[in-house]
Amino acid sequence: MMKNKRLDLSYSQMKWETVFKRILTVMSAIILLLVAGVFVTLIVESWPSIKSLGIGYLWGKVWDPVNNVYGAYPFLLGTLLTSFTALIISIPFSYAIAIYLGEYNPKGWLSNLLKNTIELIAAVPSIIYGFWALFVLVPQVRKLETAIHIAPYGVGVFTASIVLAVMIIPYAAALGTSLIRMVPSPLKEGAYALGATRFEVIRSVILPYTRSGLFAGILLSLGRALGETMAVTVLIGNTSAIASSFKEIFFGPGNTMASVIANEFAEADHTLYLSALIELGLVLFFVTVIINLIGKRIITKYTNH
Amino acid sequence: MDARIGIRNTKSILFKSLIIFLAFVVTLPLIIILLYIIKQGVMQVNWHFLTHVPAPEGETGGGIANALVGSLLIIAMSSVVAIPVGILAGIYLSENPGTKLAYYSGLCVDILQGVPSIVMGIVVYFWIVKPFGFSAISGSIALAIMMLPIVIRSTEQTLLLLPPSLKEAALSLGVPYHRVILKVIVPCGFAGILSGIILSIARIIGETAPLLFTALGSNYLSTNVTGAMESLPHLIFTYATSPYDDQHDLAWGASFILLMFVLILNIVTKLITRKWKIQL
Repeated sequence: MMKNKRLDLSYSQMKWETVFKRILTVMSAIILLLVAGVFVTLIVESWPSIKSLGIGYLWGKVWDPVNNVYGAYPFLLGTLLTSFTALIISIPFSYAIAIYLGEYNPKGWLSNLLKNTIELIAAVPSIIYGFWALFVLVPQVRKLETAIHIAPYGVGVFTASIVLAVMIIPYAAALGTSLIRMVPSPLKEGAYALGATRFEVIRSVILPYTRSGLFAGILLSLGRALGETMAVTVLIGNTSAIASSFKEIFFGPGNTMASVIANEFAEADHTLYLSALIELGLVLFFVTVIINLIGKRIITKYTNH
Repeated sequence: MDARIGIRNTKSILFKSLIIFLAFVVTLPLIIILLYIIKQGVMQVNWHFLTHVPAPEGETGGGIANALVGSLLIIAMSSVVAIPVGILAGIYLSENPGTKLAYYSGLCVDILQGVPSIVMGIVVYFWIVKPFGFSAISGSIALAIMMLPIVIRSTEQTLLLLPPSLKEAALSLGVPYHRVILKVIVPCGFAGILSGIILSIARIIGETAPLLFTALGSNYLSTNVTGAMESLPHLIFTYATSPYDDQHDLAWGASFILLMFVLILNIVTKLITRKWKIQL
């Protein structure tokens, strides 16, 4: 009797073991299903637009929902312009942080303080950046625009890019820091032994050694910038028309893929309008996924060596 | 010869100064923003502000009770969904490295981490809002999906750091697998998992874009999770772009509260990771 009971217990334990392993597998499969679901939903819902507007949708220059004309070019232009401007502004700073925290001052309270502060930049919600910039930065930009004799909108691609630049610095900086710390010291010591100065060691040993890793960090920052919604929506001015000169495009109001979705999704009142917006989401999804995966691939390759 | 060494040394020193300058200049915008929000927001915050709903447009007074309650409810619901799924999926990834499922799940975690939040918003709109209407639940699901990658990765990373002898010792005593994981492995990695959870909450508490088309927002204090609900970031967005000064004041106060939440959650994560010496 006693023996049977024990046997039952261990049977039930074995059963639980299998159940538990299954649960783990299912939970992990859920992640796959989620991503597949996101992808399928975006394709299905944007199908009317893909079918009737074709590939030409991507470089159609006019976005006029009232007359049922849809072209994504203004938003592609806006997204690329804000993201790359932000990226170019942010690169010197994220490299500087990476070199400082990775090489000059990797330990100690000052280094920790700076590292935590930089991480905090990524933690502040994007809507707070947008709100602050709308009330503090926009008037300043307006002054600047009056000073250089262009229409003083205040909001626009330029303003959005500045805020975006600050927001994306932490991503490239954090990765760069940890990669620069991983440079083998024999390499650096060899260069010092040959009489190189600190600057020469950084330029000809550390930077070449970490080049692809730093590039991956920039890709991660770029991925953030492309998909960033709220700060940009508040600051970009939301105009779907393309201005005539580059100066006006750069300083004047515009729209990005994310901001036009945020602004018009709720008011899209017919199928083609809605699916054209979702197709923008699909493009955004594709681009960010590819950029992130390339970035991650470079990082794993790099850290495995 | 001497002159050249002089030039090279000067160059090196100049470069170092430039790097230090650029690295520390970055903290300026953050400090300016923090101080500005604190200055604008701290005057708004009082008991009345925390316990009343916003006054109608054009009237002074009112508070953000609806957004505060809404945010807490939505975050709580997201956590209930995302934490168990995330931890279990993280355990799978750390326990079965090298399997096909683990490889593709890991890939999908990376993909999810990169999906722009606005895209998550439209997808959940079609999954839940279109059939059932705007609801706090739909907002929670969108946020839960955004929490998942962080919880999964931190669980996986923490568990991979534990010595294999722990698990082997427990197994050799005849402890069944699920008890080894739940009673030995997870408690040992508890601090790391916890800090991942707190970090994920800090990340989503300020997310606005996924809530735009899901939880929507509401001017009333509501605890009905199947209806529209206000949240802090959404309130800030609506009032920041409104023409009324009183609403701006509410938004400054709400920004201050939201910022405090985010700061505290981040500091708690830091303290946990420092105390237990975890690398995230």
